[in-house]
Amino acid sequence: MSGDGLLVAVDSPVHRIPAQVKLVALFVFVLAVVSTPAAIFWAFGLYAAMLVAAVVVAKLPAPVVSRRLAVETPFIVFALLLPFVATGPRIDVLGLHLSQSGVLGAWNVLAKGTLGVIAAILLSATTAPRDLLAGLERLRLPATLVAILSFMVRYLSVVSDDLHRMRVARESRGYTGGRAGHLKAVAGGVGALFVRSFERGERVHLAMRSRGYTGRMPLLSVEGATRSQWLEGLTISLAAVAIAVAARVVAL
Amino acid sequence: MSGPAIQVEQLVFAYPDGRQALFGVDFTVEPGERVALLGPNGAGKTTLVLHLNGILGSVAGGTGSGRIRIGGTGVHREHLTAIRRKVGLVFQDPDDQLFMPTVRDDIAFGPANLGLRGSELDDRVQEALVQVGMQDHADLAPHHLSFGQRRRVAVATVLAMRPEVLVLDEPSSNLDPAARRELADILAGLDVTLLMITHDLPYALQLCERSLLMDGGRIVADGKTRDLLGDAGLLAAHRLELPYGFNPLSVPGPERS
Repeated sequence: MSGDGLLVAVDSPVHRIPAQVKLVALFVFVLAVVSTPAAIFWAFGLYAAMLVAAVVVAKLPAPVVSRRLAVETPFIVFALLLPFVATGPRIDVLGLHLSQSGVLGAWNVLAKGTLGVIAAILLSATTAPRDLLAGLERLRLPATLVAILSFMVRYLSVVSDDLHRMRVARESRGYTGGRAGHLKAVAGGVGALFVRSFERGERVHLAMRSRGYTGRMPLLSVEGATRSQWLEGLTISLAAVAIAVAARVVAL
Repeated sequence: MSGPAIQVEQLVFAYPDGRQALFGVDFTVEPGERVALLGPNGAGKTTLVLHLNGILGSVAGGTGSGRIRIGGTGVHREHLTAIRRKVGLVFQDPDDQLFMPTVRDDIAFGPANLGLRGSELDDRVQEALVQVGMQDHADLAPHHLSFGQRRRVAVATVLAMRPEVLVLDEPSSNLDPAARRELADILAGLDVTLLMITHDLPYALQLCERSLLMDGGRIVADGKTRDLLGDAGLLAAHRLELPYGFNPLSVPGPERS
């Protein structure tokens, strides 16, 4: 886990949009996509075109985006199974006897999933973790949740280093074990890791109290977004809403 | 403020599990003094310093007795905020001390808790960064820094609160020689009362005129660092050892004429 999370550190107009705007934009966009009827294919084409344009404007390398799409794999497997297991009228595609509603369902999962994942990749690759936290704070997410997330961002690398050291220590002492043996060792390691992390949590709390912590985290202090920034950031999302409404009307 | 920087009288403390760590500790540190707190592992050094800002002790609900005054203010529940501003505690592991997403946020944490906002807060953060020479790394995440840099930032997080007393827990541990020397330069240049736990006896001699030797929850010796380190019998009796070839009588110390 690198320190800057998923951020692709280049300067682009998308990178410069305040995080809270991008968060709202992502949320609205995904809602619009999800509420579009699956059979209105042109709507999804438009969504995809807008996303590709945004990726290009954000100067994200295509290989990075496609690699990160791998998180979607389980859904793809599920979507590809659908045409075979769904019931209802059948159609023949390339010699395969498939369920018609299954094919549409698979398309629905694939298209909406992929669009949502690409939009999320766009957000995570153009926003530093700290800005994301500041944005969430700005959007009035409860301070406790922001604090928990911020500790996660900070200590993920510390904990994964701990885990790595424990593995090295295990293997240095000749531990091989089969697949099952490894799993067992990792399970034991996770227990030890939990205790370590818990103790670290106590020490961090001491350090926080030493510096006057009384239960309220100070704000991460970001300036609000201007009206034009909101407009710029929400362009795609608002267009997506318009498309979704149009698609709904067409489908009636 | 009037009175000694640190005044500890008859301090006794036992952890909730019944293990007694302090058996009557007495000492006084005058403003501007630099004092090393020496002693073997388990002597109660860290327990003692956690008392100085009211993290442990009867104030925090533990079992103990005794009296601590910082710059004339008693460590009482109603003064805790003031006490924690006056006593800056730097922990041993910088990963415990640096918990915010960036160096700047972390240094701002203390002053923000003191109520500073806006440009006043920014100035305070910048000042602390400059004091430890980390002004070019303000926007990095702590895990992108080297260990020595993290230790320096940990010192800065405390300096940003403008403490009257700076308390360090093993500041030179795990540092490479260059980072150890850089930290010494920074500490030597600070105008605060300093109390420093350390196993690094040459470091104690380099930075602190006076030393307290602690063992078994008591102060067993209090005197000039050079005299303490020159007393082979005393060191041996309390599991302390000088590094090979180090002669405390032959190196310069911080003594001001």
